[in-house]
Amino acid sequence: MATPTTNMSVSHLHPTGSLAIADHRLPSGKEEVWRFTPVMDLIDMFDPNTERGHLAPAVGGQSGITLGRLAVGQGPRGDALLPVDRAAAIAAQVDSADYLLIDQAVAAPIQLDITGHGIDQPTADHLVIEAKPYSSATVVLHYRGHARHIGNVEVIVGESAQLTVVSIQEWDRPAVHLGQHEALIGPGSNYRHITVSLGGDLVRLTNNVSYAGVGGEAQMLGVYFAQAGQHLEHRLFVDHNHPRGVSHVDYRGALQDRNSRSVWVGDVLIRPEAVGIETYEANKNLVLTDGCRVHAVPNLEIETGDIIGAGHSASTGRFDEEQLFYLMSRGISEAEARRLVVHGFFAAILNRISLPDVAETLMNRIDQELAFDKEIQS
Amino acid sequence: MTERCLEIRDLHVSVNTETGHKPILKGVDLTIRPGEVHAIMGPNGSGKSTLAYSIAGHPKYTITSGSVKLDGVELVGLSVDQRAKAGLFLAMQYPVEVSGVSVANFLRTAKTALDGQAPPLRGWASTVNDSLAKMQLDEEFAARSVNEGFSGGEKKRNEIVQLDVLNPKYAVLDETDSGLDIDALRVVSEGINRYTDQGDRGLLLITHYTRILRYVKPDFVHVFVDGRVVEAGGPELAESLEETGYERWLTARP
Repeated sequence: MATPTTNMSVSHLHPTGSLAIADHRLPSGKEEVWRFTPVMDLIDMFDPNTERGHLAPAVGGQSGITLGRLAVGQGPRGDALLPVDRAAAIAAQVDSADYLLIDQAVAAPIQLDITGHGIDQPTADHLVIEAKPYSSATVVLHYRGHARHIGNVEVIVGESAQLTVVSIQEWDRPAVHLGQHEALIGPGSNYRHITVSLGGDLVRLTNNVSYAGVGGEAQMLGVYFAQAGQHLEHRLFVDHNHPRGVSHVDYRGALQDRNSRSVWVGDVLIRPEAVGIETYEANKNLVLTDGCRVHAVPNLEIETGDIIGAGHSASTGRFDEEQLFYLMSRGISEAEARRLVVHGFFAAILNRISLPDVAETLMNRIDQELAFDKEIQS
Repeated sequence: MTERCLEIRDLHVSVNTETGHKPILKGVDLTIRPGEVHAIMGPNGSGKSTLAYSIAGHPKYTITSGSVKLDGVELVGLSVDQRAKAGLFLAMQYPVEVSGVSVANFLRTAKTALDGQAPPLRGWASTVNDSLAKMQLDEEFAARSVNEGFSGGEKKRNEIVQLDVLNPKYAVLDETDSGLDIDALRVVSEGINRYTDQGDRGLLLITHYTRILRYVKPDFVHVFVDGRVVEAGGPELAESLEETGYERWLTARP
């Protein structure tokens, strides 16, 4: 069934957002947006009556920013994010949201460490990040520990601001993390959203952007590494609702071991008024062993042809035995050859992130897991 | 004390296909001593590349019987990287692209693996740049992904850069001359000659054409037909091939 969005457009891919929890029916797993997700493992996550705690972020690099809290309905909370699913609606209703205000150029990355303390203490948070016009900053959210967490991140990027939001999911097993990251992009601004998903039993993030006016550029990059029993899901939606916006989506993931699963859904809607826009989205998956499952679904809805360009691609490939032979024929061991190929696979994204600490976190983690896997096999 | 040489004895190899094992090599005997240049020539489908890949340990090929010894070390049964560590190098006909891994990183990783320790950082960059320059490749190739976006000729030159940097005891070059224009052929040949001019390295050059033998002078020429060496001789054999082709061996087959 087609679901109306706004401005006379009808998107087949996106449910209408709503702040009311009751507007989002309990997922059965048959819905388009839930069909890849093991919803039976998440029943408690959809219960609005569950008492939920707060995962207070430990904030580093505080100069040049203001921290505060926002009640339901207190702006700018709600200016950008309208929940698109039941879990996001539950988090959007928390009494008090964390509020990070950036109103100047902040050079050092603003670090928010968010640590869970147990899977028997469900938590829900709503974080609002507002970058005032002409400000610039990089915000790094680093999730660790044990949790059953719903975390929304609502981002307002002011006119001509430059904002990078990095979200690193480095949870311990068996953490669960659902959430909606929603950004409203101001004219002439530059927004980069980077996800790094490594840990947890289940991570499902819905990463959306729309535009507040003419122009503005969104770059959404992601890397993930799924192992035995992990479900890592990233759903992206770029809503080109104004003229001359730019969006580039590029996600890469590797998988190894039985029952590792990744889901990438990349939706781009080009509304009739979005003339002169440019968009490209890509997803690449590298399957390292048997027993992995990859779902990669790019969708492009084009309602005006008066654009600069629109394209997408998604691919899934197995580890290339010819590459392995080539590297090993130069004396490189099999383990080292695999490590080189996996590093190389992610390099295309990591080089664009240009945050050495983030790249190092990812590569160290992947090295550990490749080495660990090797130990199990031998 | 065993004599130093790459010694191939009665080598039988099958290729693994979906329909089973198909015999390709039917008893190959070759001995390559340090300082010698051997050329293997033969028509398409005669098994020349199979010889190269099976010696190097490609998983697609199964050695069903026979032996390959490098300075007394039996290579059959060793993993691909162990064969390289024993002193074997294979320059491939179709070098593989490795996205996101720079030429410099690849060379350094290989050198470290072969030597058992990382080469000193001091001087390493110039070692790589010198080798690239000798093959008339720009310094920027060091930072590029291995073979990605390289032209056919650049890939072959990059193989010889690796030969130069890794400097193995024995090198097998599988149709390194194919797809090269006349200038690239000269540059690649000079690289090969620098390797053999050391005097103590063994070279097995696999080719379709006599053209490269004008630049790289073989001590021995072997004609390879239907999975075995059917005739062996000196450089004059290559010259007679130029005139007569492989016809006389092909028509002699039952």
